[in-house]
Amino acid sequence: MSRTRLRIGYIPLIDAAAVIVAVDCGFAAAEGLDVELVREVSWSNVRDKLNIGLFDAAHLLSPMAIASSLGIGHVRVPIIAPFNLGLNGNAITVLPRLYAALTEFADGDLADPKVSARSLARVVAQRKSCGADPLTFGMTFPFSNHNYQLRFWMAAGGVDPDEDVRLVVLPPPYMVESLASGHVDGFCVGAPWNSVAVDAGLGRILHFGCEIMARASEKVLAVREHWANENAALLSALIRALMRAAEFVDAPANREAVAATVACRLDVGAELVARTLAGNLKIAPDGATRDSDRYIIIGRDDASRPDPVQAAWLYAQIARWGQAPTSDELCALAQGVFRPDLYEAALGSKLAQHSNEPRDGIGAFVGPDFVPEDIAGHLATWHNRRDSRPKLSIVR
Amino acid sequence: MRLGRVTPGAVAPARRMLLAATRKGSEPPGLGAPSPSGQWDSTLKIAIVDESPIRATILEDGLREAGFTQVERIADTRNLLARIYAIDPDVILIGLESPSRDMLEQMFQMSRAVRRPVAMFVDQSDRAAIQAAVDAGVSAYIVDGLKKERVTSILDLCISRFNAFARLQAELDHAKGALEERKVIDRAKGVLMKAKNLTEEQAYALLRKTAMNENKKIVEIAQSVLTAAELFQ
Repeated sequence: MSRTRLRIGYIPLIDAAAVIVAVDCGFAAAEGLDVELVREVSWSNVRDKLNIGLFDAAHLLSPMAIASSLGIGHVRVPIIAPFNLGLNGNAITVLPRLYAALTEFADGDLADPKVSARSLARVVAQRKSCGADPLTFGMTFPFSNHNYQLRFWMAAGGVDPDEDVRLVVLPPPYMVESLASGHVDGFCVGAPWNSVAVDAGLGRILHFGCEIMARASEKVLAVREHWANENAALLSALIRALMRAAEFVDAPANREAVAATVACRLDVGAELVARTLAGNLKIAPDGATRDSDRYIIIGRDDASRPDPVQAAWLYAQIARWGQAPTSDELCALAQGVFRPDLYEAALGSKLAQHSNEPRDGIGAFVGPDFVPEDIAGHLATWHNRRDSRPKLSIVR
Repeated sequence: MRLGRVTPGAVAPARRMLLAATRKGSEPPGLGAPSPSGQWDSTLKIAIVDESPIRATILEDGLREAGFTQVERIADTRNLLARIYAIDPDVILIGLESPSRDMLEQMFQMSRAVRRPVAMFVDQSDRAAIQAAVDAGVSAYIVDGLKKERVTSILDLCISRFNAFARLQAELDHAKGALEERKVIDRAKGVLMKAKNLTEEQAYALLRKTAMNENKKIVEIAQSVLTAAELFQ
């Protein structure tokens, strides 16, 4: 049987595990697919190559799939997400000296994001009063959970992310170096980069992303809507291969094999990948660790099913920070990007198992339950919402 | 080496570039329009973001030859946005292989500076042209207000300079490869001379004869000699 060739672009991050394992452990081949995995250096490249058809599919930041479909920040190319590659997996890491300052101003346990956000507001106010430069935080892309999680956390403590601090886009491989050079005071990035900073003794993990939001769609498999329509059978085969791979990644018995396979593509140690997948991270250079079975979720708890509630939540963040206007129409378009129908068509209807999941599907650490039907009402609860475009990059 | 789609005479470039163009938001409408003679082009301020100094030089020279007088290079991508604001360019060239490309995306979010490049990809009729550009290693953004034809000329120039650079790189790689082969053959000759008490010419003749008999390249035989010598050590 001749196999169909596919080109899939990815960024070397641990949440590409399902794609990597599907290809390198034979799940794609078993579905008759001959996949060429193409490693990329920037999300912009991944997006553009997907847009113009150099890639058939890509490992993509979930909010980018929505931004592309809405035509914000770049040209409008309808992208769909028929498979969710991972939930969560990010963390906020800060310089030890910022951690010390946060400790000094904390009114409780810094592991509680409510406490750390309030403490951050006090540090920011103190720096302002003595004329110090505003704190600078790195994140990976304007349309990313890294951007939104930092903003959500800061704003909860009363910090205005557009006025009180600087947020700068940094490519993940530059994050650790930027911490070392003092160019940034902290960052929000995906695995393995937080652990790399901690292992190098340069940073301390303040929060896991899942402490900010318990369930956040982090990366999706993205394909052009047009391509999906033309290649329905092929897409179904790819979804099945990814599902098997995701379940393989999740099974603890396979951890060693998965870690070795993924580490090979990422050029990091297999042990670090295994720690990450187990949700057991060293958070401080002194060796302190933190454990969470929610740190990164691949292939379990219905994580692979693209959930339109997640799409609505991401659209709400896009609107909250002024990257797009607030409208029911745009929200509906955003929800249409996530395609559980295609997922179910490929796999058969699977009964969702949400035993341990937040009741609104998101589980943000503050604020009311998320109601996707009423984005405007939801955003009204955040009084510092802006109508203009964000000023997230004023670095003059 | 894995080869992509290679057109005859062209070598797939190892490095890729992106062309981004920005417009000064403070300009009143119409002022940015090119004059009929095309004079406006040469006043465009162009910034090259490239960690490869040789390629940046090739590009800069090409742009200057074409009459662009305001060309600046940025080699260090730390504080990239701040540097770009300081230069305040109309057009930015950046390597597609540079992770720093994502930093530029942040510019598209600006409210105060009001520079909002709009991608050239908007025009779907240009699909073939875009494909050709990406294949050559150049991709393009264009601005509202900045006429596409104006940027296209810069793009064309970049494509040709890029292909020139890629050919240069390929020649260099080839030359390096040849040098490596010579070293292997020289070392194998040394081994044979010592082991079999041969002169240099005899050692080379032996390598050549063996290669001919086995229908292999001399360098392959030489490599086998070295491997065998290591095993016998």
